[in-house]
Amino acid sequence: MESKKFICIGCPKGCSLEVQHHEKKIHEISGYNCKIGLKYAETEFTEPKRTITTTVKLKSGLLPFVPVKTRDPVNKEKMFEVMNVIRKLEIESPVKVGDIVVSNIAGTGVDLVCTRNIKRVS
Amino acid sequence: MKKLAYDLVIIGGGPAGLAAALEAKKNGVQKILICERAPYLGGILNQCIHNGFGLQYFKEELTGPEYASRFIEDVENSDIDVKLETMVMEILEDKKVIAVNRKDGMVQIDTKALILAMGCRERTRGAITIPGSRPSGIMTAGTAQSYVNLEGYIPGKEVVILGSGDIGLIMARRLTLEGVNVKGVIELMPYSTGLIRNKVQCLDDFDIPLLLSHSIIEVHGKERLQGVTIAEVDKNLKPIEGTEHYVSCDTLLLSVGLIPENELSNNLGCEMDKVTRGPVVNEKRITNIPWVFACGNVLHVHDLVDNVTQEAEIAGKAAADFINNKMNKEEKDVIITHDNNIGYIVPQHIDALNNTEQMIKFFLRVKNPDENVRLIVKDNFDKTLLNFKKSIVEPGTMVTFNLPREFVTKDTSSIDITISKEQA
Ligand SMILES: Cc1cc2nc3c(=O)[nH]c(=O)nc-3n(C[C@H](O)[C@H](O)[C@H](O)COP(=O)(O)OP(=O)(O)OC[C@H]3O[C@@H](n4cnc5c(N)ncnc54)[C@H](O)[C@@H]3O)c2cc1C
Ligand code: SF4
Repeated sequence: MESKKFICIGCPKGCSLEVQHHEKKIHEISGYNCKIGLKYAETEFTEPKRTITTTVKLKSGLLPFVPVKTRDPVNKEKMFEVMNVIRKLEIESPVKVGDIVVSNIAGTGVDLVCTRNIKRVS
Repeated sequence: MKKLAYDLVIIGGGPAGLAAALEAKKNGVQKILICERAPYLGGILNQCIHNGFGLQYFKEELTGPEYASRFIEDVENSDIDVKLETMVMEILEDKKVIAVNRKDGMVQIDTKALILAMGCRERTRGAITIPGSRPSGIMTAGTAQSYVNLEGYIPGKEVVILGSGDIGLIMARRLTLEGVNVKGVIELMPYSTGLIRNKVQCLDDFDIPLLLSHSIIEVHGKERLQGVTIAEVDKNLKPIEGTEHYVSCDTLLLSVGLIPENELSNNLGCEMDKVTRGPVVNEKRITNIPWVFACGNVLHVHDLVDNVTQEAEIAGKAAADFINNKMNKEEKDVIITHDNNIGYIVPQHIDALNNTEQMIKFFLRVKNPDENVRLIVKDNFDKTLLNFKKSIVEPGTMVTFNLPREFVTKDTSSIDITISKEQA
């Protein structure tokens, strides 16, 4: 049996997690303090994922950019690919928290959504 | 000069000011005004577009703007007045606030109570003195954050970050995602001062090195920054000869700490705490001036906005009690003392009989990181009031706990808080 260690990024506590595994098969997960940590250790071992937060250009808005995020975490290796798609976007104001900017961005199955309300100016 | 009158004026429309306003409204204050110098509400959260906010308060993970928007919407749906692009210039002893904006010019606002919620600002290069020339390309991490996230400017191509505070770590990831080459984070202390989760997801994910016990001993470049010389430091934080090496970069971000924004509070004559650099307050977040309250980063620097909101609600409720004459006269002063492992504690004293809440909420910071410690709270009769274990304490993470009000009796004159190694 081998083991792999992770630090949980689920909350500011930063628990030390340990995954006991045989090749790709998980036998035991320890060190977590809550369900988030258990889930994190599992996905971090099998398929690490991260939420991307960035900005998108905004037309005729009170501000020139709107902050956005991937509604759910996306595969870690896909981060730069997703960023390349986002960088070319430009959307119309007004925008509201939760508005979908692009659905299924870069084939990740995850939607890109706005995280701020921004009004339109003339 | 234009004149206005309110029951409660709040300076600052960040998370502290917004939560305080809503709580005061909930507790029956009629006329409330928030003065905010920026063109929008939300304070510093507008530029903190990453997630990780609200886990404690909303039990879900939000980005900074999302967290702020919940409070902004509530304020917009209430009859709380907001003056944007309005800078408060002065607070006068006789309960008058002088503010200025383009529409009204100078305004005088009479008030019954005031909440200070001006937030904090970053320490700059001047505060830490790095020798060398003064080229462009050196700025605080928060300035870079507002360039990138609000204005869409990328500050450089090759970046070195000095200080491992959270804002620096977050910017390391943000810039890397934008295609910038982040060469490393240099930290003077032997430990990272930011949250461990931020080191993991912002540095380790992208193989950005963190150099502990290192400092920058020279900056190079005349017009634009060209590079920095870094060196290892010894136990006394002095550079070790022979360890110097040169790193080329066109941008240096400083993430070297925050200081409460207290020009107004100082000028008004608020008694200040030398460690927090914010006003001295009691458990209701009242300063030494009975009609002036303080909360959020202006009181002491918080790393989690959830704590800011909780503290602002205490101040908002207390201001309402004061305005509605529900507050007993200050009758008693219990002093809070602490041992050497603790950097500071807020509140600094409690007015034991001057209360309604069941719990007294404390925020403190330790000086050095430690594991398996006990936090013990005793009164002046050496009676142990609280005793609990903490598996990890570190300077970058605020410790919070609640003391039941009933533990403070009419004979209590001081309360002592210690954090020490658990006896085996
Ligand atoms: C650059 C930076 C990044 C941060 N990143 C994080 C993070 O990632 N996560 C986290 O949890 N915390 C972060 N923090 C801590 C953060 O400050 C708190 O979480 C929270 O935003 C503090 O709220 P506040 O309302 O006390 O202050 P602020 O949000 O700073 O709000 C204060 C407001 O007062 C206004 N103001 C000041 N003076 C005046 C005046 N004279 N007249 C009128 N208005 C005035 C300011 O314009 C501002 O809008 C960060 C802090 C900084 C400085
Ligand atoms: S396991 Fe739970 S408590 Fe521990 S860091 Fe992860 S989210 Fe936080």
